[in-house]
Amino acid sequence: MPQTAVPAHWRKYKERYLLLGMLCETCGKITFPLGSVCPNCRRAGKVKPVRLSGKGKVYSYTVIRAAPEGFEVFTPYVIAIIELDDGVKLTSQVIDCEPEEVHIGMPVQVCFRKIREEGKEGVICYGFKFRPADNSWKP
Amino acid sequence: MKFSERKRDVAIVGVGSTRFGEHWDKSLKDLIAEAGFKAATEAGIRGKDVELIVGGNMSGGMFVGQEHIAALVADTMGLQPTPSIRVEAACASGSLALEMGFLAVASGMYDVVLVGGVEKMTDVYTSGATTALAGAMDLEWEAYFGLTFPGIFALIAQRYMYEYGLTREQLALVAVKNHDHGFYNPLAQFRKKITVEDVLDSTLVADPLRLLDCSPITDGAATMVLVPAEKAHQYTDTPIIISGIAQASDTLSLFNRKSLCTVNATIEAGKQAFSQAKISHKDVDLVEVHDCFTIAEILALEDLGFCKKGEAAKLYEEGEVWVGGSLPVNTDGGLKSAGHPIGATGIKQVIEIVHQLRGESPEPVQVKGAEIGVAHNLGGSGATVVVTVLKRGD
Repeated sequence: MPQTAVPAHWRKYKERYLLLGMLCETCGKITFPLGSVCPNCRRAGKVKPVRLSGKGKVYSYTVIRAAPEGFEVFTPYVIAIIELDDGVKLTSQVIDCEPEEVHIGMPVQVCFRKIREEGKEGVICYGFKFRPADNSWKP
Repeated sequence: MKFSERKRDVAIVGVGSTRFGEHWDKSLKDLIAEAGFKAATEAGIRGKDVELIVGGNMSGGMFVGQEHIAALVADTMGLQPTPSIRVEAACASGSLALEMGFLAVASGMYDVVLVGGVEKMTDVYTSGATTALAGAMDLEWEAYFGLTFPGIFALIAQRYMYEYGLTREQLALVAVKNHDHGFYNPLAQFRKKITVEDVLDSTLVADPLRLLDCSPITDGAATMVLVPAEKAHQYTDTPIIISGIAQASDTLSLFNRKSLCTVNATIEAGKQAFSQAKISHKDVDLVEVHDCFTIAEILALEDLGFCKKGEAAKLYEEGEVWVGGSLPVNTDGGLKSAGHPIGATGIKQVIEIVHQLRGESPEPVQVKGAEIGVAHNLGGSGATVVVTVLKRGD
């Protein structure tokens, strides 16, 4: 990711810190990420932010061994597609376990972590990651 | 305009490509000029004949810091004031340029159109290239969390292996086959045969994908000349007709797809292009598919309908996808062996089919009597797909 100015981060704080998705009141579907348009109803959809389930399962995963700029210090790290209990899928890192322990179907729960630093003078990026589920997560 | 209501057929009458590889001695401009002049020379056209230029380029901005590529291309070849357009669809930029050039000629607006693609990727370090490539995925919800392009296709491979029981050895056969073919391609980046063991012993990049599952970072350009088919014989004895070309899109992010193992845009674009060309799968003599990573080739063959979902590996084990088999795939070495200069790839795939249909490929990889070829070019993780059907026009 290129280094970006503060507004690019600031406007995503709520979604990345609270794990927000989008509920369309017209069709009742929850989708991710939060935007201004329901992908199913388009203009006819009336959408609002919704807290997503912080629990889910690993749908697929990989171990990143050649990192992009800003992620070198974390290498190797696990990136997964997580299927949340409310049916929504998203991309996130899986942490607090060895990469070898991660498998498809593994129960995970959300946590709040530093994602990376954008150089010495850039923004410190935070957001959600997932870790092995231990039933400590509560809505 | 519906395809069937096009004013006229469109023919390719000249092609040209640089060698693909690390061109430390050549700039973005040098690559454009080399490929452009090769194609123009082959077609026997002069600068004043060119009425429109369409160029595909993913990220001159991030790879070399250069934008305004459309005017740059015209300027580089001394073609001003000819109108020039740049199109971008990540790794599908090249074939999207071809599609726009096709529309320009098929509609009757232009008679001689130069279409091409270029990428100069080695003027930045690998991490810079990785960052630029990550721009083809959803920046806010994929790249932000540290996902890379090998990572995207690793997520696909991991799920595919889980759902369909594909083995690591079977996946390696894709790279082995492409290197077997690329060995004979004088313009390929890696002209070296490899074994399954070589693939399995190569460095892990993003589990389960290893270095030899991945297409490389490449400099290169490829260009072709399009004219109305009815005038094609003024330029060449062996025109190649674009008998179908279709593009489809899907979600930018991988996680929002219904399945990780199916690229819906390939299914859609494939169906449309086959229907436009009025062909069925048994009519196809060879295919060029987008093997940016080994797993992508497996998905492409299945989603284009050459076999059922989950069964592509059989084609490799039985040797059907090598030249000499029933469905030769990536006879120029594909992206894996020939190289993958992002914006140029879609044009290079079509050029390979042009060579094959003209019967001028190197003898060991020439598909005997080839008359119909299909090219499949994928952007990002499948958010853009262009499928092109080509036929001999003589």
